[in-house]
Amino acid sequence: MTSVTDIIEGAVSLIVGMGVTIKAFFSPVVTVQYPRQTINITPRFRGHTKLVADDEKPERTKCIVCGMCERNCPSKSIKRVSGEKMEGEKKKTATEYILDFTTCSQCGICVETCPVDALAFSADYNLVGYHREDFHFDLVKEYEKRKKA
Amino acid sequence: MNELNNIISIIGKETTRAIIGLIGVMVLVVINALILTWAERKVAGHMQRRIAAKEVGPFGLIQPIADSIKLLGKELITPVNVERPLFYLAPTLIFVPVLVSFVVIPFGSYLQVKDINVGILVILAFSSLSVLSILIAGWGSNNKYSLIGAIRSVAQNIAYEIPLLLSLLAVVFMVNSLSLKDIVEAQRGLWFVILQPFAFIVFFIASVAETNRTPFDLPEAESELVAGYHTEYSGMRFALFFLAEYTNIFIVSAIATTFFLGGYQGPILPGIVWFFIKTYFLVFVILWMRWTFPRVRFDQLLNFSWKVLIPASLVNLIITGGMLKL
Repeated sequence: MTSVTDIIEGAVSLIVGMGVTIKAFFSPVVTVQYPRQTINITPRFRGHTKLVADDEKPERTKCIVCGMCERNCPSKSIKRVSGEKMEGEKKKTATEYILDFTTCSQCGICVETCPVDALAFSADYNLVGYHREDFHFDLVKEYEKRKKA
Repeated sequence: MNELNNIISIIGKETTRAIIGLIGVMVLVVINALILTWAERKVAGHMQRRIAAKEVGPFGLIQPIADSIKLLGKELITPVNVERPLFYLAPTLIFVPVLVSFVVIPFGSYLQVKDINVGILVILAFSSLSVLSILIAGWGSNNKYSLIGAIRSVAQNIAYEIPLLLSLLAVVFMVNSLSLKDIVEAQRGLWFVILQPFAFIVFFIASVAETNRTPFDLPEAESELVAGYHTEYSGMRFALFFLAEYTNIFIVSAIATTFFLGGYQGPILPGIVWFFIKTYFLVFVILWMRWTFPRVRFDQLLNFSWKVLIPASLVNLIITGGMLKL
């Protein structure tokens, strides 16, 4: 048999519960209407890697085509890094940097091993494509596009 | 106008009033169901801090119309081994008591289809009929979930009809009348919720149980019984059950308003506005409870009624009688 105190305690807890829901009812909604509005990506978000602009000459990237990332990639996702020495430059300039994003596990070893900090994670998460080749990115081209925009 | 007067003189004033009233009731039932389906989704959404329906029309207001068109367009499936007459009868039968109950509810001081001097008896008698159609639906469906749901519904309704009646009886004692209009008129100045707070609480709990709403929604507990007694129903037949459920919510709120919250009485605004404000506030509380409380267990449900609500409302009734004698 339920005692009177039990009933009173239960009734109080019911009212407390209703207080919780009514508070939620009047607080702002947390839903983000995704295609119409987006939230800020956290700075530590790991998208595919991107090349970083050189501090002095923003028309080129920091990459010196040393090949460290290519050699250290555990998934062999960095297919080809090539470049040439431009007029009046001391270092090589990257002309092609092929990243196979289908096998990349975003481990970040390439970012860590890069001696000149030329690699960083992008915040790009809207990736779609019809073929796996759509995810073989040329990071130099991607950088050029970014520079224009 | 002349033709209208002719018609009225032929069929009589009372019949005309009944016909117009019935049309009004039908419109109210449908509009109320449309509003409540929308409101329930909105309340549910915002209590979970979601947005809920918003795509069809401004604030999703056209959503219930889109839903009803969808339901109208659906195929009416009749499973093979159902008890056909009962299966077809149940959705129609659940709608009759709902419509009758509206006849006696006073929406305003003149807005009442018919003031019957045993008004509350009419409502209680007909609202207990709805359990019959639930039983018919459950039995006729030839489905174990439907049957379990229907049986639960019967046990629950029998248990909660008694405290419902006893709590209303306390008010009837004070007014000395069974007519809803007299009850509202007696509350000029002081609402019965102040004089009879306990009866109000008992009535509200019992009426939530009567309408099979959460936390007492065992007859249609979707985690246990799929959908309870309307598992096998599709399309417009299902929609009729749905319509009846929402109309029942409106009716119990309207009765609570009439008996305890002063009905159509209130300052400044016209009576009908007050009536709907109070009724929809209670409807909101019922929705609010649905999205707050978990479902009770079946033994808890019956124990609460037989061991707590019925003795308590009897004591309340005795005290009321004693106070009135003094």
